[in-house]
Amino acid sequence: MTNPKRIGATRRDPLVVGALALLAAMAAGVIVVPLLARQNPLAIGDVLALRYLPPLARDPSGALHLLGTDRFGRDLFVRMMLAGRISLMVGVVGSVAAAALGTAVGAVAAWSGGVVDRALMAATDAMLSIPRLVLLLVCAALWRPGLGTVVVVLIATGWMGVARMVRAEVLGVRAQPYVDAAVALGARSSRVLWRHAVPNALGPAIVATALGVGNAILLESGLSFLGLGVQPPSPSWGNMIAGGRDAIVTAPWIALAPGVALILTVLACTLLGDWLRDRLSGEAAGLLGDRA
Amino acid sequence: MSALPVARRVRDAVVLFWLVVSFTFVLVRLAPGDPATMLVPPDASPAAAARLRHEFGLDASYPVQYARWLGDALTGNLGESFATHEPVTRVLARAAPISFGLGLASLALTFLVGVPIGVLQGARRGTGWDRTLTVVTTTVFAMPSFWLALALVALFTYGASMLGLPAWLRLPAFGVHTPGAALSGWDALRDVMRHAVLPVTILAAVGAAGIARYTRSSVADVARLDFVRTARAKGVTPARVYLRHVLANVLPPLVVLAALSLPGLVAGSVFVEAVFAWPGMGRAMLNAIAARDYPVVMACTMLYAGAVIAANLVADLVLPLLDPRRSAS
Repeated sequence: MTNPKRIGATRRDPLVVGALALLAAMAAGVIVVPLLARQNPLAIGDVLALRYLPPLARDPSGALHLLGTDRFGRDLFVRMMLAGRISLMVGVVGSVAAAALGTAVGAVAAWSGGVVDRALMAATDAMLSIPRLVLLLVCAALWRPGLGTVVVVLIATGWMGVARMVRAEVLGVRAQPYVDAAVALGARSSRVLWRHAVPNALGPAIVATALGVGNAILLESGLSFLGLGVQPPSPSWGNMIAGGRDAIVTAPWIALAPGVALILTVLACTLLGDWLRDRLSGEAAGLLGDRA
Repeated sequence: MSALPVARRVRDAVVLFWLVVSFTFVLVRLAPGDPATMLVPPDASPAAAARLRHEFGLDASYPVQYARWLGDALTGNLGESFATHEPVTRVLARAAPISFGLGLASLALTFLVGVPIGVLQGARRGTGWDRTLTVVTTTVFAMPSFWLALALVALFTYGASMLGLPAWLRLPAFGVHTPGAALSGWDALRDVMRHAVLPVTILAAVGAAGIARYTRSSVADVARLDFVRTARAKGVTPARVYLRHVLANVLPPLVVLAALSLPGLVAGSVFVEAVFAWPGMGRAMLNAIAARDYPVVMACTMLYAGAVIAANLVADLVLPLLDPRRSAS
């Protein structure tokens, strides 16, 4: 599959270019827009004069509201971008940390074998037997809801799939001659594992991380929608959608606009994850190992 | 397949179920918050809370509580709800059919819509059609179900009157049936079905997008294999290549995926239930968690976990029947 034509074709894939551009624009937006805002996106001003302004409306002071205002008269676009900071952060941190934990568990299980392997895999299977959403709801609701809880809970419920994949990969890598070579050269067992085996077993974990970012953003928004995630006045895409729910018939843009930002972000992450999977599967996964 | 592996798998499933239930027991009790203090009025004496705690058996040590709970559960007694004193089994009997009905109906639609789209894309890989459908399915897959629900509510309430949609298209967006309407027989069924259109459509749309993505990549993988080239070389028509040769290899894992995705779909219905005010499992569980209603939380988790483990077991046992090559191992 090292056909140069095929690789060249994926490199110029307009979907991937579009996804990258979208993520870059979103990242720039969430960093810059709240800094430029004239009004504090958390403060509530003259509610009666400012609330429920439609998109592209100007308020009495002449300020333009690109997406209108919410029921407290706060600019929707600025809040949406501020929410994006939180949602993107939760997505990236939740997904990367969960994958790191899963990699550690899977690698240790495969390397140790025996009782350790069986105990770790039993724990993994047990956690996989509860739908992730149920686990998330139970954990998020039982502890105090908030940003920290959401991140911790996303990590605690997101590592199992990666653990199983990395375990399978490490078991495969273990049989490779270069592992024997490292052992024969006198490297300590832990060094062989973390420096030689794990880097060569990371392909699936990297793909799972990329696809996991979008998933983590979706789950965070779901928890926040149910009131179990990020708490107002801090905006997140999920709690903004929940906040616009009462006005869904009269001012639908308040609930729908943050959802569009979320969908575009998750879409871009998924397209990039798909592309990575296509490139890292099969022989390409070995390519990654060569560099490590 | 001999009887022994089946027995071993069932045993493994039972052990796993016990692990999950015990894990949940620990998790629920580790959490801060005390059911008794949440149930007594704020001005009640500490003695009242202590009495309630004793009544619930919460004053015993954790191992004793666990032993009692396990003993009761093994005899089929899941206890009473702390909050309503109703048997937990009755709470489940009321809520579970709603969520599982929603899940099953959506699952059926998911496959009827998702698989053909995926096969079409896999067969036309790399074309404009494929690209367009990829963007569409990935976009729908990226939609939170509650957002899609609100969007459709906006469309069918606000939009329906603005666009002048006919009366039969003004779909109800609240509850399972029309409140106060004394309907029976076919009319009652029709009423429930009209109420189910939006929730089922939303769950099925998100699910179908996921299934289409999966089907597309597995069809494309299989279509590259030698036997497909051989079939083509023999002069088999393209339609028959895909419908007979490719689909025969793609469908068995898809059937397994169907079994495995039902519990997740039922769990995912919590958002749709929240938007459309359906009194299903999602709502029962959210309320129970908020009230620290341990017996109901435990029972709901048990039902979800039981569904996942049963689905896995069925998938393990059914796959060799669908795909004879797998029975060898």
